[in-house]
Amino acid sequence: MNYYAIRSIYKFEMARAWRTLLQSIIAPVISTSLYFIVFGAAIGSHMQEIDGVSYGAFIVPGLIMLSLLTQSVSNASFAIYFPKFTGTIYELLSAPISPLEIVVSYVGAAATKSVILGLIILATAYLFVPLRIEHPGWMVLFLILTAITFSLLGFIIGIWADGFEKLQLVPLLVVTPLTFLGGSFYSITMLPPFWQTVALFNPVVYLVSGFRWSFFGVSDVDVTISVGMVIVFLILCLGVVTWIFKTGYRLKS
Amino acid sequence: MQARFWPFPLQSATMQPIIAISNLSKTYASGFQALKGIDLAINTGEIFALLGPNGAGKTTLISIICGIVSPSEGTILADGHDITVEYRAARSKIGLVPQELTTDAFETVWATVSFSRGLFGKPADPAHIEKILRDLSLWDKRNSPIRTLSGGMKRRVMIAKALSHEPQILFLDEPTAGVDVELRRDMWDVVRGLRDRGVTIILTTHYIEEAEEMADRIGVIDKGRIILVEDKHELMQKLGQKRLTVLLQQKLNHIPPELAAYNLELSADGLELVYTYDTQGERTGITDLLSALRSAGVTFKDLQTTQSSLEEIFVNLVRNGA
Repeated sequence: MNYYAIRSIYKFEMARAWRTLLQSIIAPVISTSLYFIVFGAAIGSHMQEIDGVSYGAFIVPGLIMLSLLTQSVSNASFAIYFPKFTGTIYELLSAPISPLEIVVSYVGAAATKSVILGLIILATAYLFVPLRIEHPGWMVLFLILTAITFSLLGFIIGIWADGFEKLQLVPLLVVTPLTFLGGSFYSITMLPPFWQTVALFNPVVYLVSGFRWSFFGVSDVDVTISVGMVIVFLILCLGVVTWIFKTGYRLKS
Repeated sequence: MQARFWPFPLQSATMQPIIAISNLSKTYASGFQALKGIDLAINTGEIFALLGPNGAGKTTLISIICGIVSPSEGTILADGHDITVEYRAARSKIGLVPQELTTDAFETVWATVSFSRGLFGKPADPAHIEKILRDLSLWDKRNSPIRTLSGGMKRRVMIAKALSHEPQILFLDEPTAGVDVELRRDMWDVVRGLRDRGVTIILTTHYIEEAEEMADRIGVIDKGRIILVEDKHELMQKLGQKRLTVLLQQKLNHIPPELAAYNLELSADGLELVYTYDTQGERTGITDLLSALRSAGVTFKDLQTTQSSLEEIFVNLVRNGA
C-alpha cells in the first residue's frame, strides 16, 4: 500500500474543503437551517405528531440525509472531475498508486466531509427542535455507510461526466428527487397504497427510514432491511468502480 | 545520402538500458495508429532527445511509458520492471514534465510540490523540496498560489513536481515550448545537474538546436516509427562534413591513380568529382587537392561546396521515412 499517497490525496482534499469553507460547510448549514425555520417552526407547529414525534423533530433525520446525500455526491464527483478537467489527472495516472488507493483517498475525504457536515447539521437542529437519539451507535453507522456509499456514487459520476453539465445532471435529476420523494419530510405510510409500493423502489426510503429509526425507534421499513439495502448499494457502487479501473473507462485512452 | 543513416538502433553493448521498449504499438479507439512497432533502448545516465514533427507519436510514446495511456501491444521495462505488471516499482523511478501547463490553480507552490512527493510514495522531506525550489528559482514564490505565477514560473513548478520524488528517469515533453531564453538556460543547467547525478533524461522537442545542445543521443520518430537513433557526436560529424564538387572540362572514365589518396567519388556521367572533407579538421586539404588535380592534368571549369545540416538530414529522413 502506498500510504503516503493516500495521505497526500486525503490531505489535499481536506485542504480544499477548508479553502472553500463557505461552499462546503456554511452554505449547506444555512440552507438546512432555513428548512428548520420553515418546516419545523412555521409549518411544523400546525402539523400533528407523526408516530408520536413532533413534526419539527421528525424531519431532522431526513434533512441530515438530504444534505449527506447531495454533499457526498457533489464532493466526490467534483474532486475527481476537476483534475480531469484541468489535466492534472496526468499525475494521478502516472503515480505508483493503485485504483483502490485512489478510491480510498478520494472517497474517504468526501465521506469525511459529509459526515462532519451531517454532525454540524445535527448540532444546528438541536438549536431549533428538542431531539432524542435512541440508538447513537446505529445513527453513526448509518451516517458513515451512507456517506461512503454516496461518495462512491459521486466518484463514479465524476469519472463519467465529460462536462460540467453532466456533473450537475445526476445530482439534480436523480439524487434530489429521490431524496425529496424518499420520505425526508413525511412518513411513506402517509402515501396512498399504490405510491407506497412505488416508494419501496426508491433506495433513499430505506436510508431515511433506517436513520430515523436510530433517532426515534420508529421506522417505515424494518431496520435490518434498511442496513441491507445500504450494503447492497455500496457493493453495487464498488463493482462499478472496479470495472472503471479495470477498463480505464474515461480515464485512459 | 540518407541511406547511410537508415534505421539501425545504435546500442553500445557495455551500457545497461534503463528503459527497454520492444514492439510497442498503439492504436487509439478512433482507429488512429499512433505508434507502430517501436523498439528502443535508453541507456542509464544519458540524455536522449526524441525529435519528430507534430503528431509523430512523441507524446503518445512518453504517455505510455508513464502509465497515462495504455499500450495496444508490446512491452516496456523501466529499470527492469514491466510498466504494467510492476507498475509501482516502475513508476516510482519515473518523473514526468508534461507538455501542457496543468497545475492546481489554488494550491501554493510548496503544497503542490510536497503533494507530488507523497503521491509517489515518498515520506515528506522539506530539505529536499527546498533544494528543488531553490535550484529552480522558485523559493521566493513558495507560498504563492500557482494561479498568480507567470507561464515560465508554472513550467518551473511542473519540473519541481516531477523532481519531488527523486526520480531516476525524467521525461521532459517539449520542455522549452514557449519558454524565454533565461528560463531555457536555467532549465538546461538543471538538466545537466541531474545528469551529473546519474538521472537519465528523455526529452522531446521539435527544435533541432535543442537536441544538439543537450543530447548524448538523438532519436527521430515520424508517423509512429523510430527512423533513426544515433550518437550525437557521430551525427555532428556527419553534419560537420562538407562536399566539394569539381565540375570538369573533360569527361573522366576513371579517377587517376595519383588522386587515390583523396577518396574522390566520380559521378556517373564522368563530369564531376566529389571530395568530402571535415570542416572541423585543421586542414581541409583543398589546396593540396587542387594542385594534385593540376599535376594529374585534370582541368575544371567550376567548383561548388555544399554542407549537409542536421536540419536537412532530419527533413529528408522525415520525408522519406514512411
